[in-house]
Amino acid sequence: MTGLNLTSPHVTGRTSVSWVMGWVLLALVPGWIVLIVSFSLGYAINMVLALLTALLAEALLLAWRGRPVMFFLKDLSALVTAALLALALPPLAPWWLTVLGTMIAIVFAKQLFGGLGNNPFNPAMVAYALLLVSLPLYMTTRWASPDFSLPITDTLAIIFAGQTPVDGATGATPLDVYKLDISRLTSAEVLQSPIFGSWVAEGWDVANLAFLAGGGLLLWKRIITWHIPVSFLAGLGIMALLFSGDADVRTPIDLHLFAGATMLGAFFIATDPVSAATSNRGKLVYGAGIGVLIYLIRTWGNYPDAVAFAVLLMNFAAPLIDHYTRPRVYGHDKSVKGFKND
Amino acid sequence: MTAQAVIVTDKVFSLKGGIHPDERKTLSNTTPITEVPLPSVLILPLTMHLGAPADPVVSVGSTVRKGDVLATAVGGISAAVHAPTSGRICAIEDRIIAHESGLPAPCILLEADGEDDWRDRRGLPNWQAQPVDELIQRLRDCGVVGQGGAGFPTDVKYRNKHKPITTLLINAAECEPYITADDRLMRERADEILQGAVIAKHLLGANTIRLGIEDNKPQALAAMREAADRLGVDLRISVVPTKYPSGGERQLIQLVTGQEVPRGGLPSDLGIVCQNVGTLASIYRAIVLDEPLISRVTTVTGEAVDAPGNYEVRIGTPIETVLNQAGVHLKKADRVIMGGPMMGFAIPDITAPLMKTTNCLLVPTRKELPRPMPDNPCIRCGLCEQACPVNLLPQQLFWASKHRDLDAAELHSINDCIECGACAYVCPSRIPLVQYYRYAKGELRNEQEEQIKSERARARFEARQARLEKERLEKEARRKARAKAAAEARAAKAENGSGEPDAQDDAIKAAMARAKAKKAGAAQNTAELSREDLEKALELAATKVKKANERLVVAEQESPDMVPALRKALTKLEEKHRTAQAALENAAHGQPIKPEPKKETDS
Ligand code: SF4
Ligand code: SF4
Repeated sequence: MTGLNLTSPHVTGRTSVSWVMGWVLLALVPGWIVLIVSFSLGYAINMVLALLTALLAEALLLAWRGRPVMFFLKDLSALVTAALLALALPPLAPWWLTVLGTMIAIVFAKQLFGGLGNNPFNPAMVAYALLLVSLPLYMTTRWASPDFSLPITDTLAIIFAGQTPVDGATGATPLDVYKLDISRLTSAEVLQSPIFGSWVAEGWDVANLAFLAGGGLLLWKRIITWHIPVSFLAGLGIMALLFSGDADVRTPIDLHLFAGATMLGAFFIATDPVSAATSNRGKLVYGAGIGVLIYLIRTWGNYPDAVAFAVLLMNFAAPLIDHYTRPRVYGHDKSVKGFKND
Repeated sequence: MTAQAVIVTDKVFSLKGGIHPDERKTLSNTTPITEVPLPSVLILPLTMHLGAPADPVVSVGSTVRKGDVLATAVGGISAAVHAPTSGRICAIEDRIIAHESGLPAPCILLEADGEDDWRDRRGLPNWQAQPVDELIQRLRDCGVVGQGGAGFPTDVKYRNKHKPITTLLINAAECEPYITADDRLMRERADEILQGAVIAKHLLGANTIRLGIEDNKPQALAAMREAADRLGVDLRISVVPTKYPSGGERQLIQLVTGQEVPRGGLPSDLGIVCQNVGTLASIYRAIVLDEPLISRVTTVTGEAVDAPGNYEVRIGTPIETVLNQAGVHLKKADRVIMGGPMMGFAIPDITAPLMKTTNCLLVPTRKELPRPMPDNPCIRCGLCEQACPVNLLPQQLFWASKHRDLDAAELHSINDCIECGACAYVCPSRIPLVQYYRYAKGELRNEQEEQIKSERARARFEARQARLEKERLEKEARRKARAKAAAEARAAKAENGSGEPDAQDDAIKAAMARAKAKKAGAAQNTAELSREDLEKALELAATKVKKANERLVVAEQESPDMVPALRKALTKLEEKHRTAQAALENAAHGQPIKPEPKKETDS
């Protein structure tokens, strides 16, 4: 019967960081399974590699920084970072690419900034962007073709033994292909390619729907709010409606929404709370910014999928957005904007 | 009050954020209110309310009857303390009281004689016939304070009429988990509450009584409805959804009216006065029965209690006695919380007495309310922001408070935080956010006090300068006046001595000169008089400013509710002081003086 220093509130909810991260991981599972089934076992191998590397790297760095290792490992945040990266990397990339990427994410983008909660940039996206810039070949050509069933032994050989994939087993992503081909072909001709399949893009469309469902789960559990995903998709969608009206000129809206990492980005990557904008209004601006930037980079930039760059750019802008989007406090006439109080 | 009461149900507006913690109300709300027997010694702290401590008017050894005044209210914001039973004053000394600080505070100790012998009471069943001022004075004399939370002296709410009041809002939300004192009180004593409300409405000159009640108290609502119908009291009812903290004064006002109390303002700015049901019952008892506030209903609950329920307890009863009555297992108990789990505090010592504001004693087992876990870093998940009823950004406040960045804390409006704890409740990182905010608020207060101190020093210096200057000018004026008089005398002499003027002419001139002199003299007189007046006025204004300043300091420490109003008053007084000074200076410069019309703005 002590308790002098126990102050209110004495009762707390039942959530915890590991609860949040656990649900995020769970919500990623449907999309992950679709990717494995539609494309390649490589996604499973990447996932295992990334998770193990992340745990190891996080533990080592925590120990080195003199932090309680088990306490922080249990928060599962390293696993979420690793999982996002594993889902974003091409499935048939060599093993060291995944390991390297995960280490960059955990060591440089997360722990050296002070660990959980202190990283200004989304760690998985930092790693992805660095890999894309420095190893563009692996990052753009090692996507598994949906209609090519590669034996497990070959998959393992490609990932671990440096075997070069046979012709047709790998290629670029549908977004990449469309963008390249539309300059010389009509939309109908481009869409002849088997990678577009029967609906939007073979495999990708189902995966996007699965990630959308996972996002729905997070919304339902109130782990994320609707603001970022909705404004993200609206930003991208509106840009596509405005500028991609003619499918013979530019990538049409359905491909933008369902062919790349769009849904993964909207519900899981952009919503990474640590590096996003804070207030509800801020989140709307932030999400819309990412959506618009994705369209700009995909259309006029050099990179076929642009989630990583768009997210990183908006990470930069997040603190500024925060200063101008504070909510109006109860009883105030208007919200306090900017850096100074009146 | 006529035969047919008009009882309507109003629409309810929305409240942002909020949380739904386990209510645990059925633990204590199924049994009727029972009385805790009289203890042998009652401990009556002199500060059971917000404001200045009461001043003892009894001495050790004197005998008192039940209801006698033991200590009177001092100054504007204060409340009297009464004898909860008859007996002998056995000590006036410092005792540990139930306060977060755990520090001892002056108390009057009353040894009960067991007679429980009432003093003579002069109830006012026909209170309508009494002047409002007298009724309000009686509330003060009876030591009535707000029983829902902070213990704000009730009479002040009725005196402080800077805006016309239209609405009396009965706060019956009782949104804290576990607490059911108001619930039971409404079920069992709805009549008293409503009659208190009718008195309050009369005192306020309000035209509407509204009731804000959470939808988890259907029996209480039915009782209130029935009583209103029977007594013929018009009532507008808003049944608000069960959500914490809908019972916060400002939150309830938002739910019931859709309006927000303006920043730095009071509910009265919206023409609303909010009263808790227990307070209204006390108002009824004070006015109609002439019973001061000497007992109250307190919820004793938690899993370490055998007989959780609501108890009628004399103020000053040691908490230990109350707990024993309810059959508490101190071994099982992890702590004793005064108030609810969201905003209450763990009391340092159960020998401390129960106070006028004690609405709940919660004795949980450790399993029931676990000790806080070590906290994770903030992951900026924003769950806190979704829960904040005031629309703050708790995560930003946390960063600012943690790094003692007071500017940033103010930028994010930390002083609008009501410390409800909703943010901490939802935080997955288990950060004790409210503790951080309390720290930052304390630091801010310190900083502002420093500033006020230095400003006051500057004001003193300037006042001295002004006084010196005034004295110099006055001397100068007197000197000039003397010189002028001398010159005129000389001139008159010279004129008299010159040649042979026309006699008639001379006579006229002389008359004119006389008249002129007279007029001048008169003017001089009024000037002198007014100057004196002005000096007096200036002095008066200065003391008023000083007093207001003092009161503001007290208020800042003890009753933040009053600060805005006091501050407003202070500015007005300072304004007056300045005009008085200016007028005096003008007078010193020989300019015509218009005496200030006297206006009482002192609130
Ligand atoms: S709920 Fe806790 S962890 Fe989440 S943003 Fe607020 S303070 Fe940070
Ligand atoms: S304690 Fe303050 S910041 Fe937290 S929810 Fe309540 S009002 Fe908002």
